Amino acid sequence: MADVITYREAVSEGIAREMRRDRSVVCLGEDIGAAGGVFKTTAGLFAEFGGERVWDTPISEQAIVGMAMGAAMTGIRPVAEIMFSDFLACCWDYLANEIPKMRYMTGGQVTVPLVVRTANGGGLGFGAQHSQSVENWALAVPGLKIVAPSNPSDVIGLMAAAIRSDDPVLFFEHKGLMASKGEAPPAEHLVPLGQAAVAREGGDVTVVALASTVPLALAAADRLAADGIGVEVIDLRCLVPLDMATVLASLGKTSRLLIVEENPYQGGWGGTVAAIVADEGFELLDAPVRRVASECVPLPFADALEDEVIPTTAKVIAALRTLLAY
Amino acid sequence: MTADLGVSIAPDVLLGLFEQMAVIRGTEKAAHDLFLAGLVKGTTHLAAGHEAVAVGASAALRPDDYVFATYRGHHHAMARGATPAECLGELMSKGTGLNKAKGGSMHLTKASASMLGSYAIVGAHLPIAAGAAWSARLRGTGQVAVAFFGDGATNIGAFHEALNLAAVWSLPVLFICENNLYMEYTPIGSVTAVEHPAADRAPAYRLPSQVIDGNDVVVVAQTVGLAAERARAGEGPTVIEAMTYRHFGHSRTDPATYRPDGELDEWLTRDPLDVARARLAGLGVPAEDVDAAARRAAATVADAVEAAKAAPGPDPAEAFRDVWQDGGAAWRT
Repeated sequence: MADVITYREAVSEGIAREMRRDRSVVCLGEDIGAAGGVFKTTAGLFAEFGGERVWDTPISEQAIVGMAMGAAMTGIRPVAEIMFSDFLACCWDYLANEIPKMRYMTGGQVTVPLVVRTANGGGLGFGAQHSQSVENWALAVPGLKIVAPSNPSDVIGLMAAAIRSDDPVLFFEHKGLMASKGEAPPAEHLVPLGQAAVAREGGDVTVVALASTVPLALAAADRLAADGIGVEVIDLRCLVPLDMATVLASLGKTSRLLIVEENPYQGGWGGTVAAIVADEGFELLDAPVRRVASECVPLPFADALEDEVIPTTAKVIAALRTLLAY
Repeated sequence: MTADLGVSIAPDVLLGLFEQMAVIRGTEKAAHDLFLAGLVKGTTHLAAGHEAVAVGASAALRPDDYVFATYRGHHHAMARGATPAECLGELMSKGTGLNKAKGGSMHLTKASASMLGSYAIVGAHLPIAAGAAWSARLRGTGQVAVAFFGDGATNIGAFHEALNLAAVWSLPVLFICENNLYMEYTPIGSVTAVEHPAADRAPAYRLPSQVIDGNDVVVVAQTVGLAAERARAGEGPTVIEAMTYRHFGHSRTDPATYRPDGELDEWLTRDPLDVARARLAGLGVPAEDVDAAARRAAATVADAVEAAKAAPGPDPAEAFRDVWQDGGAAWRT
């Protein structure tokens, strides 16, 4: 199948594939029904599955995620949408205190197989309350699986794995990637959680990226290839489970590591990746580990200002050149 | 307050409810003593005084109906079938504890009896209970979900989000407030704009509500039974505000000196165990039968205390079990 599909279409296609195979998969969220979602990531689901499988909710993030939790504890596989990831703050109790701790605190009596999907990230000029990359918030909470795909095929494959997971999954869909296109994967396409992808092979330096920063890294790799430099790009795909084996194997080849992340440097996931490399891969390194992350300021509105704050291809190229010159 | 609803209750059934309440009261007193003896760590929020709400409601529910409780939830766990030994074992950090010593007093859960947890973030479980009710409707099981909560929970957003959506979707869920007059140390009336913090809010969501005597197990059973019937018939949620009183302070560190003189004594004259005794006498049950039930309850609690004391502590490996469904805790591949 060589059909081309957008990232946005892949979200609804991924959900639809699971809804067709499992009647217990039910969606809920704001404007997700006939409206198809504000990002059109649930387009077509209401028409195909009807109001008993696709539920419009009020603007009540606590009710959305809390009800998804109660349903997940009792035989349903809910797929809840939180429109913008910034709004996770409105229901963070459920993602920090309730959902990830239920199984553990009850001594294994209760499982919570749900997916909370949310539009994450900046680059679209939505300002400080609608543009954040908050995957690092989730990384601070033991008990959540964290997925952030970079391309349409992975959206579908990871959505299948997330919905089939018996553990709770926070699924970040990047707003800046919605219009990007890729090959539509075959039926039954499934990408297991916790398997990073080598998005591009190279022997001189490793770039670890996630979601929106994967295309940035690939664009930077293209530019450096013209200078005869081989950049290996690893798409983590998931932060939990975190596939450090693939990262460490790559460092065995390149001995140089750049981490590119859209969440803030302060508390960003790259700090965890760097710490593990320092601990377990120190002898593989020929240079300090570098990170390109968002600056530690609230995201500004104007494009010119936002570009100052979030990672860009130019910043990745500059960081790579510094790292290669070390 | 609602008077007797006129639904009859068989004497032997009521005697059974009395015994259950006596077991809960004895277990709560044991928990208090074990805490003072240094055998229970952390904190406990005792439900002594609230027994009739849990036992009455449970008697009116199907075994597969879902129950969600708060951190003051020992009575709900036991009313749904958790044994005193399992509960005390959990409080005493024993491997035999209800939650394998990983939850503690505030998180007692007996999922095999559809008692789906005790929640320590105030109000959080109201949407969760509504979700279980939504699930029951999606699966067509006829189950009802019940959220028990304190008066203090009625001023948090989750309460209002849950009532609204449960009303809009007409879910089979009961919201039962145990109004014991205090949110922690503060009188609920001093921080709430309405007299009845749960019942008076229900009309804003077009939900029916009742304020009842939460110390009368028969009134609770009858009220909950009718509300559950209504929910099962697809007629939606009901808000029930059961007036009751805690015999101890908010938690173990609270001597409850903020309560006005005489208030506790006045409520003790309406102790749920005494109310049930009076009803049993009215039904012609001999006092010696009631005393015998009280003695059986005391023996059950004494055995539970000994069993919990004798139980081993948790296997240290338990700290790394059951984060994930595969039983483990690995966060890397």
